[in-house]
Amino acid sequence: MTGDLMLIWPELILTIGGLITLMLGTFFGDRNVGLYQLSSLLTLAAAAAAVVALFGIETTVFSGTLSVDSFGGFAKLLIYAASFVCIVVAPRFFSGGMRAEYPTLILFAALGMGIMASSRDLMTLYVGLELNSLAAYVLASFMRTDERSTEAGLKYFVLGALASGMLLYGISLLYGFTGTTDFAGIAKVMGGELNIGLIFGIVFVLAGLGFKISAVPFHMWTPDVYEGAPTPVTTFFATAPKVAAMALMTRVVIDAMGPAVGAWQQIVIFLALASIILGAVGAIGQKNIKRLLAYSSINNVGFMLVGLAAGTQQGVEGVLTYLLVYMLTTLGAFLVVLQLRDADGNQVESIPALAGLSQRRPGLAAAMAVFLFSLAGIPPLFGFWPKYLVFEAAVNANLVPLAVAGIVASVIGAFYYIAIIKTMYFDDKSDTEFPKGGGAIVEDAVITASALWLSVIGYLFIPVLAVLSASAAAVLF
Amino acid sequence: MSGFPILSLMLAVPLVGAIACLFVGDKMARFVALGATLVTFVLGCILWAQFDIGGAQWQFTERADLFGRFSWALGIDGMALMLIMLSVFLMPLCILASWDAIKQRVGLYMAMFLIMEVVMIGVFMAQDLLLFYIFFEAGLIPMYFIIGIWGGANRKYAAFKFFLYTLLGSVLMLIAMIAMIGEAGTTDIPTLLNYDFPPAMQTWLWLAFFASLAVKMPMWPVHTWLPDAHVQAPTAGSMILAGVLLKLGAYGFLRFMMPMFPDASGQLMWIVFGLSMIAVVYTSLVALVQSDMKKLIAYSSVAHMAIVTAGLFAFNQQGIEGALIIMLSHGVVSAALFFCVGVIYDRLHTREIDRYGGLAKNMPAYALFFMLFTMASIGLPGTSGFVGEFLSLAGIYEASSWVAFVCTTGIILGAAYMLYLYRRVVFGELTKDDVKAMPDLNAREWTIMVPLAAVALWMGVYPESFLAPMRGDVTTVVARLAPAKPAGDAHLTAGKAKPAAAHGEPVHGSSHAGGVQ
Repeated sequence: MTGDLMLIWPELILTIGGLITLMLGTFFGDRNVGLYQLSSLLTLAAAAAAVVALFGIETTVFSGTLSVDSFGGFAKLLIYAASFVCIVVAPRFFSGGMRAEYPTLILFAALGMGIMASSRDLMTLYVGLELNSLAAYVLASFMRTDERSTEAGLKYFVLGALASGMLLYGISLLYGFTGTTDFAGIAKVMGGELNIGLIFGIVFVLAGLGFKISAVPFHMWTPDVYEGAPTPVTTFFATAPKVAAMALMTRVVIDAMGPAVGAWQQIVIFLALASIILGAVGAIGQKNIKRLLAYSSINNVGFMLVGLAAGTQQGVEGVLTYLLVYMLTTLGAFLVVLQLRDADGNQVESIPALAGLSQRRPGLAAAMAVFLFSLAGIPPLFGFWPKYLVFEAAVNANLVPLAVAGIVASVIGAFYYIAIIKTMYFDDKSDTEFPKGGGAIVEDAVITASALWLSVIGYLFIPVLAVLSASAAAVLF
Repeated sequence: MSGFPILSLMLAVPLVGAIACLFVGDKMARFVALGATLVTFVLGCILWAQFDIGGAQWQFTERADLFGRFSWALGIDGMALMLIMLSVFLMPLCILASWDAIKQRVGLYMAMFLIMEVVMIGVFMAQDLLLFYIFFEAGLIPMYFIIGIWGGANRKYAAFKFFLYTLLGSVLMLIAMIAMIGEAGTTDIPTLLNYDFPPAMQTWLWLAFFASLAVKMPMWPVHTWLPDAHVQAPTAGSMILAGVLLKLGAYGFLRFMMPMFPDASGQLMWIVFGLSMIAVVYTSLVALVQSDMKKLIAYSSVAHMAIVTAGLFAFNQQGIEGALIIMLSHGVVSAALFFCVGVIYDRLHTREIDRYGGLAKNMPAYALFFMLFTMASIGLPGTSGFVGEFLSLAGIYEASSWVAFVCTTGIILGAAYMLYLYRRVVFGELTKDDVKAMPDLNAREWTIMVPLAAVALWMGVYPESFLAPMRGDVTTVVARLAPAKPAGDAHLTAGKAKPAAAHGEPVHGSSHAGGVQ
């Protein structure tokens, strides 16, 4: 048991760090932003260091309910990095309204997500998921006096609870028909003949997880929550939980349902195509940049599912690379959105107001253009590479029709990305001024670094990424 | 070959120039861009001088396994060399052409042009399938900005149409490339060129590539983006679009589809011939009724490219060499024609043909150059157009006399619409006051016109300079296609030498006239 505790240092650090942060906020007051922010950032850094230190260990702890492996490690590093950035950018956004609950909730959410990414038992899966979700509901309504924010929180909660219900129902069916909650045990039963109960279990579990990754048709909450939640929280929602839920879904599909390929593959293919197409079509005509990025995230999840549908190690490697690149791009794009303030210091979210941004803030517009072209997957930007990987996996798994349909639908997606670029570059200047200044150097640095990396420089990192994602994906096979 | 990475250097110079253009002021940006393109041009000339004609198929090869799954592999053969020369030759002229015409956001404009140059020559240099695709697609981004920011009134629509149309085609090619890489297990183009894909797979791959390249080409009926893009793009944008970007499609046919999928090419050549025949006649007729100069030249480009595709799919030496010469010739001539339109557009700010007339009186030098390029476009002997059209039609005739017959009408119609355009713009009475006030070419415009005219004549008088580096590569392609080549309907036989040949030189072929005494 003590030995097991030594292997979950990241989770322990997050728990303790989260509690300390909460205490600091309680004892020293919400005004001492620097203090609790520092403690939360240190916690995340320490947790990340612990993950790195544990790299290479492949084992399970607590009677096989939680795994310690490089797949989980890869996901956790991404999750911690995204959480880190979301804490860094928060104080400026909330200005006076920053409270210690914010970093604390993020830490607890990150803890839950870490558990999701490394669970190998239906019970730990659910515990991790709920820990993350409960923190997320509160975060969505963090600006409690803002109508949109509270509405977002409520919507997220109601629909999230529904999804959890479906997931639990699926879990109970799987448990009932396999007699175990252990992924490996479930897989053993799935290898035999499938009965109707198991199939229903698969469907409900995938539906519940589909909600978490906001795959169509379980995506309804995404645009509303993304729009209503405070922007740093939206940044968080669009990055870290996506990584966690996608990692969890990959693990469930490959580890627990692996042998029943025929049963889950059609579902994943449907989710993939529906997400790509609806994510693309729904984004057309959006006037709010956060809403638009919500549809973009639905669209991108569809592409990740293309890699997952392949069900091969190559496909999982593609998904992991995709997650990393997607996370960086989305972080960058949201940081740009955070920079958009008019002369009075109010956040600007309307797309028409961005007209002529390239003349007012050339650097910012250029970075945004890089992020958008990258999300659209247009080479030479690095967003092309993960798309290539997932499509390659699909073609090699004999899913050519899926690949063709997906890639053709990606052209629809390109339409709205280039439409924003049109607004920023081609249209005449809008009345909204975007005065410079006030931004933290960290934000500018993150934007610049990720934009540069996503332009051609990222290609130089392909060998490193390949090794990392291959070692992480190999765990599942 | 020396180990000096001259190809990488040719890519690096404009790239560095592009970054510099973004940061120096508008005034300096023009000079930086001109300097960078001139340096690249000089490097290109060195490349041509150093190219060993008849030597190894791939020269100046470089290889660095930077990207794990694929590599930074560059290398050129004769065809690539000539197309690179075309690009680096046109580029400084494009910069000069936009010297005064572009007044806003000059730095960004010049940077986009330089990136465009990197991308274009990168496409011709790439020896790795994925590297090729990245360059091939990357061209969309700068062109999108060039059309969208500095274009005409309807520029946004044209930019969207250009971007999405060409993207839709290309993504299918990407899927085909993935399948090829999976099948052959390599991304190395020289290896893939000699890989025999299963015939059934070839058909699908061929169709996917065709979807992409036919849009780039552009072939009827997917050509509709081209007139819009041309009309809305700024002058230099049209020059580079017509001059080089349209050649990417044909280059792809010749580099990928024909040698990699020979069986499918043989089976499906009827598609290419059919579409080419329709394009030649249809777009020529459409060009005839245009009232917008740029649109007219854009449609004429589609017609010329149709002769290129038909020539390529003739599967014989003349046909392919002719198609290549048309590509080069059209690159120079159509760029020149777009510049001719740009010259008067800068003065009167309209492209309506009816607004002009009688320019021969007040702009004699302009009229002279315009005449030369019109003739080159029609294919008058002595100009570049003649060589290409004659060779490719001779090749097409060998493959199918009907296709040759229909394509030849394109020459006649071409003469009709170009001469009609020239008559309406340059001849006639000089009645309009604003037209009267237009000054003749200035020094900058002379500087652009003279090299273009010189090359058009050089290519017409001594095409061997351009054909020699490409001949070996064409022979390789023809040999690769030989097993899949359907029998032509022309049944050409070499004429018998007359016994009387003892009197004079041995007579070759059917040219009896000289032998009879």
